[in-house]
Amino acid sequence: MTTSVSDRQATPETAGSGELRLDDVSLTLGDGDAAVTALDHVDLSVAPGEFVAVVGPSGSGKSSLLAVAGGLQRPTSGTVRVAGAELTGLSDKQRTAARRHHVGFVFQQSNLLASLTVLEQLLLPLHIDGRLDTAARTRAAELIDAVGLTHRTASRPHQLSGGERQRAGLARALMTSPAVLLVDEPTSALDRVRSAEAVRLIAEQTHERGTATVMVTHETAIMDAADRVHEMVDGRLS
Amino acid sequence: MFLALRDLRFARGRFALMSAVVALIAVLGVLLSGLASGLADAGISGLRALPVTHMAFDEKATSEQFSRSTVEEKDWQEWSKTPGVERAEPFGNTLASAEVTQGSKKGEQVNLAVFGMAPDSSMAPTPNEGEGLEEGRAGIVISQEIADLGVRVGDVLTADKSGVRLKVVGLVEETVSYGHIGAVYADLDTWRHLHYGLPGDLPEAASRQATAVALSLKPGADIAAAEKATATRAETKEATFDASPGYAAESSTMTLIMGFLYAISALVVGAFFTVWTVQRKSEIALLKALGASTGYILRDALAQVVAVLVGATVTGTAVGLALGSAMIGKAPFSLSAPAVATSSGLLIALGTVGAVVAVRRITAVDPLTALGAAR
Repeated sequence: MTTSVSDRQATPETAGSGELRLDDVSLTLGDGDAAVTALDHVDLSVAPGEFVAVVGPSGSGKSSLLAVAGGLQRPTSGTVRVAGAELTGLSDKQRTAARRHHVGFVFQQSNLLASLTVLEQLLLPLHIDGRLDTAARTRAAELIDAVGLTHRTASRPHQLSGGERQRAGLARALMTSPAVLLVDEPTSALDRVRSAEAVRLIAEQTHERGTATVMVTHETAIMDAADRVHEMVDGRLS
Repeated sequence: MFLALRDLRFARGRFALMSAVVALIAVLGVLLSGLASGLADAGISGLRALPVTHMAFDEKATSEQFSRSTVEEKDWQEWSKTPGVERAEPFGNTLASAEVTQGSKKGEQVNLAVFGMAPDSSMAPTPNEGEGLEEGRAGIVISQEIADLGVRVGDVLTADKSGVRLKVVGLVEETVSYGHIGAVYADLDTWRHLHYGLPGDLPEAASRQATAVALSLKPGADIAAAEKATATRAETKEATFDASPGYAAESSTMTLIMGFLYAISALVVGAFFTVWTVQRKSEIALLKALGASTGYILRDALAQVVAVLVGATVTGTAVGLALGSAMIGKAPFSLSAPAVATSSGLLIALGTVGAVVAVRRITAVDPLTALGAAR
C-alpha cells in the first residue's frame, strides 16, 4: 500500500518534539518457538494537533502499537514518551496515572459502560481522577455539544446508534484534555457514511484541541481526514 | 460509589434477587437467634438470675451436676471460712411434679423446677405479690412461668411422690425457668422433702444436704484450698449452665445451624459477586485503561457489596423482628438487641468476606483487554 503523508506534517523520522514519541520500540509476545514480534523497531513521533493514521491488516501489530503508546503494555525494548514523560521506566501504578492524565482512548465499538448515561460516561474519567466538580459538568456539556449529542445527554448506550456511541466515546476520551489521543478501529461497527463522519470528527477535535492523535484501522477508505498515514506490516511501520 | 450506585440502579433486577436472598437469610438469622435466646432462657434463666459467681459441686459429679451432686453442711461452712469468699450458701435444685389441689386450676398437673435456699439467703426471691420464704412453712414463691399456667398466690399444690402440700405464698413477676420448666423457690426443708420424695420427718443426714454450695467470690479467693478441704469442685455460674438438662445439646445445635447459615450466606454472596465480577471483566479492563487504579475499582465494588448487604440485611432483620414478635409466648423465643445485632453484623461481615474473595479477581484484569484486538 502507498503511504500518503500530509505536506504540512513531518515524517516520523523528522518529528522531534511530538507529544507522543516512540523510539526504536520492539515488542515480542510469547516465548521460545511461540514468540511473535508484534512491533519491530518502530519509530513514531506525533506532534500536538497532528492526526496520524496507521493502517494495516489484522495481526499486523496496530493494536500493539496503541497498547505500547498508551502505556497498557511495556515494550520489550525502546522508549515511549507521552507528554514528555518516559513511560517504559514507570511502575504499573505510575503508568496508570500517566494514562489518566495524558492519554485518551477511543475504543473499537466505543466501549461505553452500560449503566451510565452519556453525561455520566464523560464525568467518569474526572471522577476517577478526583476532579469531579461543576467545571467538569460544564466541560462535559460542551463536549457533548461538540460531538452533536446534546439530545442524547441522558441516554444510555443501548439507546444510542453505533455512530452516536462512537461520538460519545470520543467525547469521553477528550474529557481530561489528554495530550495524546489513541483511537482503535473506530469505524469497525459503522457504515460508510457514519465511518467518514466519525473520522472527520476525530480530525476536527484533534486540530481544535491540539491533541497528538494516532488512529489505527484496517479500512483505507477513511484516511483522507488524517494528516499523515503509515502502513504497518508484520510489526514494521513504514 | 460513582459506578456502584449506577450499576445497582441499572441492574436492579439482578441485585433485587440477590438482595432478596440475603434478606431471607437475615430473616432466618433473626428467627434462629431469637430461638437460641428463647431456648437458653427456658433452659437456664433461673440459674442466670441467681446473684452468685460460682457453684461448688460434689467433685464426683462431673456432668449433669445439678441432678448428681450432693454437698453437706460442712462443705458450705468450710467454703464460708475460705479467704476471698463473700458468701457460701446451700442451694438445692430438683425437678418435681405436683397437682393443684386448691385454687381455680384444681386438678391440673404442673411441673416445677424447685430452687431450694435459706429464706435469709441472698438468693431468696423478693416477691412482687404475696410474701417471701419462711423456714418450715412449706410455702413456695412461684415465678411468672408458673403463674402463666393459672396458678395464683394462695393456691395449694400437692407434690406427687412425697405428698407434701405446697402453699403458694408469693409471686415474682419474672419469667424464670430451668430445664424448660417454670421455677419455684422453696425453703431448704421443703426442697429436701421434694428432692428425696419423703413426707414427714427427714432422716438426719438428708436434713444437712443440698445440691451445691452457691458462692459469691472476690477476685483472688483461694478456690483450690477450699476445693481440697471439701471434696467439691467450683465452677463459674456460666459454666454451670451446661449442667442444665439439655442446655449444652440445644445451644451447640443452634450454634451449628447458625454457623452453617453464615457460611452459606458468605458462599451465596461470594458466588453472586464472582459471577458479577466475571460479567464485568470488560468494563473493569476499560476502567483500568481509562486510568482507574485497582484500588479505585475495588473500593467501588466493595461499596456496592456493602450497600447490597446492609440494605438487604436491615430489611430482612426488620421482617425477622416482626415475625419474631408474633412468636413470643407461642414458642421458646426471645429477642435481644445484642443477639439480633450480632446475627445481622455477622451476616454483613461474612457476606463481605465472601464478596472480597470474589472481587479480588479485579486485580487480575488486564487493561490491555480493553483494546479490540486483545479481546
